[in-house]
Amino acid sequence: MDPLRTLWETFFDWESMREALPEMLTVGLPNTLILAVTAALLGSALGIVLAVAGISRTRWLRWPARIYTDVFRGLPAAATILLIGVGLAPLGMQVWGPNPYPLGILALSLIASAYIGEIFRSGIQSVEATQLEAARALGFSWGEAMRMVIIPQGIRRILPAWVNQLIALIKDSSLVYFLGLLASQRELFRIGQDYAANTGNQSALLLAGLFYLALTVPLTHVVNWIDGRLRHGRPATGPAGDDPDDLDLALPGAAGGNQR
Amino acid sequence: MSRSVSLSLRDVHLAFGRHQVLRGVDLDVARGATTCVIGPSGSGKSTLLRTVNRLLEPDRGDVLLDGRSVLRDDPDALRQRIGMVFQQFNLFPHMSVLRNITLALRRIRKLGEDEAVAVAREHLDRVGLAAKADARPAHLSGGQQQRVAIARALAMQPQVMLFDEATSALDPELVKGVLALIADLSAQGMTMVVVTHEMGFAREVADTVAFMDAGVVLEADEPAAIFESARHPRLRRFLSQVL
Repeated sequence: MDPLRTLWETFFDWESMREALPEMLTVGLPNTLILAVTAALLGSALGIVLAVAGISRTRWLRWPARIYTDVFRGLPAAATILLIGVGLAPLGMQVWGPNPYPLGILALSLIASAYIGEIFRSGIQSVEATQLEAARALGFSWGEAMRMVIIPQGIRRILPAWVNQLIALIKDSSLVYFLGLLASQRELFRIGQDYAANTGNQSALLLAGLFYLALTVPLTHVVNWIDGRLRHGRPATGPAGDDPDDLDLALPGAAGGNQR
Repeated sequence: MSRSVSLSLRDVHLAFGRHQVLRGVDLDVARGATTCVIGPSGSGKSTLLRTVNRLLEPDRGDVLLDGRSVLRDDPDALRQRIGMVFQQFNLFPHMSVLRNITLALRRIRKLGEDEAVAVAREHLDRVGLAAKADARPAHLSGGQQQRVAIARALAMQPQVMLFDEATSALDPELVKGVLALIADLSAQGMTMVVVTHEMGFAREVADTVAFMDAGVVLEADEPAAIFESARHPRLRRFLSQVL
């Protein structure tokens, strides 16, 4: 048989793709989004805590943040997911029952937060110290100055790096399949893999890949657009009240040393 | 304008590590008076200014407003009474000009949005920049940015104003407008400490000129006395270099 034709049929068999498509759309895509979006929110929130702890003047906040970051950034994602998903499963069983999602999401969040914390920290530290001084001189407390002046500026500077991390998270969400998923719990990758295993044809896996690209590629372009807009200001300015300038990011009590 | 207060520094000492920056500064600014602080780079002028609103805490000595020590006050509350203008303007670049001014009005003074905007517009108008309310700071000239920074500080109705080389970072043609604004404020009876390299300004506007060198105020007197009959040899040498 013509080898080119074999190759084509292995990856571009429309029939296999059409067969996998409904399940990809109704089961795989929602599940991937649940995993990625929840872990992104948790990981980013935890990342802010880590970033603020990492620049704290108290070593009792700085060191734990450092160790945490080193550990979760240094382990392979698959190892962390297995360690947490399997290791904590008996505990999770009592809280959530046999659903592997909570622990999977926890593991993904912990991994993401280690990277995101470093990204946020570099962003915060890139804001000139004089900005903090100016905010403090107006009478803002350290926490208010961080929340309204420093962090919003820092986050804008690291937006592209942050989105890179969210893209990695979308891809890493496929690793929860290690924890064993029921048919209704399968995400994009697992569904593709199952079809591929059952039919011996890789087309469904390629379809899963296209789904991932459909999620990740627009994300980079959206963030580039936002980034450009933040850099050059809004084309038209609405009334001052609508200005979402001070992102009211919840800044937990981890604020640390209260600079005077 | 809210009531001005008198300001006194008593024997203020401050060290960064081993480096003794302030070595016993005494300074008195009468209510409504303007004191210009002059002196060579590294003499501690900017550091001195920051001990007044406790951005830096003195190691020793006292800071008094209307004769009362402020070193035990809540520093955030103290800073709400003292306006500060910086060499590099330090506007918040991610906010519109208007928002730069309303932020502290809303969050600290707890004004409603409408009232904060009204107060901010009034102060922008006062510095001649009402038309720039919606612009981002980056789209303004240095002189305009500094005028916004002054409006931002004044909107909080401070009892004392501190200027830290407010015109040193400006292009020469922009200096005049900002100096005129500061002089105007002085004439209206704001208590002010102005660290400056503009000797002409100090001579015309100041009630008192204080000469700092190596962490102490060596000589403080009326401008005429400082510029025409300086007693201290280091002041005479400094003046011969800058005039």
